[in-house]
Amino acid sequence: MNAFASGQLDLAPRRRGRRSSIGTWRWSDRIVLLGAWAAGLTLCAIAGAIVLYMGVRGIQYLHPSLLVSSPEAALDQSHSGGILDPILGTALLSLIGILIATPLAVCSAVWIAEYGRPRWLGRIMESSIEVIAGTPDIVIAIFGLALFQTQLLAGFSFVSTVGGAGASGGGVFGRSFLAAGSMMSLIAIPPIFAATREGLQALPTHMREAAYALGKTRIATIRRVLLPGVRSNIATGATLGISRIIGDTAIVVLLLGASLRIEPAGSTPGLDVLRGTGSTLTSFVYDNSPAGEGNAPQKAYAAAFLLMLLVLALNATVNLIARAHERRTGQS
Amino acid sequence: MRRLAPDTRGLRSGVAGGLRRRRAPWSDRRAARALGGVSLLIALGIIAMIVFVVRGAWPMISHQGLSWLGSGGDVDRQLENMLGTSGNPPSSAYYFRAWPLIYGTLLTTGFAVLLGLPLAILSSIFIVEFAPPSLRRVTIPVVRLLAAIPSVVYGLIGVLVLVPYVGNHLITAAERTWMQNRVELTGAGLAPAAVILTVMITPIMVALICEALITVPRAWREGAIALGLNPLRATLAVTLRAARPAIAAAVVLATARALGEAVMLSMVSGSRSFTPSLADGRTFLFEPLRTVAAAIIESAEGVGAPALYAAIYSLALLLLFSALALSVAGYLVKLPLRKYQVRA
Repeated sequence: MNAFASGQLDLAPRRRGRRSSIGTWRWSDRIVLLGAWAAGLTLCAIAGAIVLYMGVRGIQYLHPSLLVSSPEAALDQSHSGGILDPILGTALLSLIGILIATPLAVCSAVWIAEYGRPRWLGRIMESSIEVIAGTPDIVIAIFGLALFQTQLLAGFSFVSTVGGAGASGGGVFGRSFLAAGSMMSLIAIPPIFAATREGLQALPTHMREAAYALGKTRIATIRRVLLPGVRSNIATGATLGISRIIGDTAIVVLLLGASLRIEPAGSTPGLDVLRGTGSTLTSFVYDNSPAGEGNAPQKAYAAAFLLMLLVLALNATVNLIARAHERRTGQS
Repeated sequence: MRRLAPDTRGLRSGVAGGLRRRRAPWSDRRAARALGGVSLLIALGIIAMIVFVVRGAWPMISHQGLSWLGSGGDVDRQLENMLGTSGNPPSSAYYFRAWPLIYGTLLTTGFAVLLGLPLAILSSIFIVEFAPPSLRRVTIPVVRLLAAIPSVVYGLIGVLVLVPYVGNHLITAAERTWMQNRVELTGAGLAPAAVILTVMITPIMVALICEALITVPRAWREGAIALGLNPLRATLAVTLRAARPAIAAAVVLATARALGEAVMLSMVSGSRSFTPSLADGRTFLFEPLRTVAAAIIESAEGVGAPALYAAIYSLALLLLFSALALSVAGYLVKLPLRKYQVRA
């Protein structure tokens, strides 16, 4: 987690003495300065335009009734139902993803920051997290497809009974909430890992020394002293992870299937939903855009607006956590 | 600095040690092993990913060698033909030439990085050195917002706003009739794809470059100003120069992001494996294309067909390989950063 993304950018106060007057600058310098201003303002303008446009469309099309009704298959947009199932799908998927990702990421961050021996192994770990961070989500989705089609993991996802295009008739599609959620955890691991490690490295050494002086073992120090100290970092990382999961489309399209409603598979309550298919806000937008099959732009706008609100809220949460942490510890 | 654990090995031996071990359920060594094991899982995941993708792509490689990277024929039709395969298809069913997809990916990525880099450098300079504090407080969250917007939202705006605009106002009727026999110009194509991709990757670069610019010691820049350079010259000559490795790292990261973008490009690029050619002049910008990642997500419905499965996995292998290569490149370009004690 870098300081920029967590909102803790703090610059040394700039001392401005006598301002050098721009009038004395060369023309080429003035043009570059103008370019810098233009670039910064362009970014602001683009963001403003996107938020404004999505806001207008969202308020126009997002009726409260949409939030509580399930999608229906209909040609006419006024009869195609609401977006309740995609919302539930998004929530369920983020829950699964973050529940898997957080322990994995925190454990490896702790191991690398506090143990990290042998050195070469620590370095391999660090680079493997970097590789995950750099792997496109579509490749992760493709990997998940192959992984959950293997016989060993077939039980985790619903088995096609209609045969589909499966080679052996009734082939395993490898699509389910569990499959998509566990692959989602891969894209949530890097931010949680980075935030936790950053936090651990920022903790002053005397905290560790004090704990060791009291006779605590290293693992006890980690559990009782260090982890509580980086709680807000973990929260920041997890929030960023959730916002990544919520915004991801490729994994959902490939691993959750394209059914509009949440369709349980099997008969065990609870497990049936996890093994079943469904949709999320992202896949709903994708399917209902002119590029997809549904072509219901109004519904797509409504869902996309909701999606943006969620992401904005998560961003704001990250800032709040950072600020609360700052206030509590008196440092940034 | 963090290797300060007291050596308790002496204490552990003997009766006291036995009691101690019983009371403390997690000995240090066991904890280290457990935590290390958990993190090993992640590394194993990476290896599994490479193994599974290579295994999926293997039929294609064994039937076609590496010639599937080349050009020849209409790749859209080849993918469609493969959809019909089943059982154990003959070698001829694997005919696949992915060059148009690779070309489309290179084109969109190249355009986006070339457009985005100057924008990112200029706006980073603006944020770090020249923005008045009030404006800086706005710009930083704005950049973070742009980076956080899901790609499908960008895609939706692209396909519902930008594509119709390009189709209705920028493409002339003459161009449409001229291209009629080769491809239909709808507005979806290189221009909207490159523009939106630029907006998507610029914030990533801005974040990294800003971070690096801040870390460069301010005294260096102040020294340059004291020597008579104006603030802009000092920034360009000293701060930006010192941050060059970070800029390279930002380009690498942005390239990786652009290569892997599937959803947005599948929505706005026309999804037609046409190869836009510079010889067409202005029309070049409006010609549709298809990228590797978009082809994967669009063909994924048909993974049941063995030949198509192999084709999709070989495309994924290509992306995975590029991502790994970019990771290595990113590591290499970040090495000189250590000189300035910059963590990036």
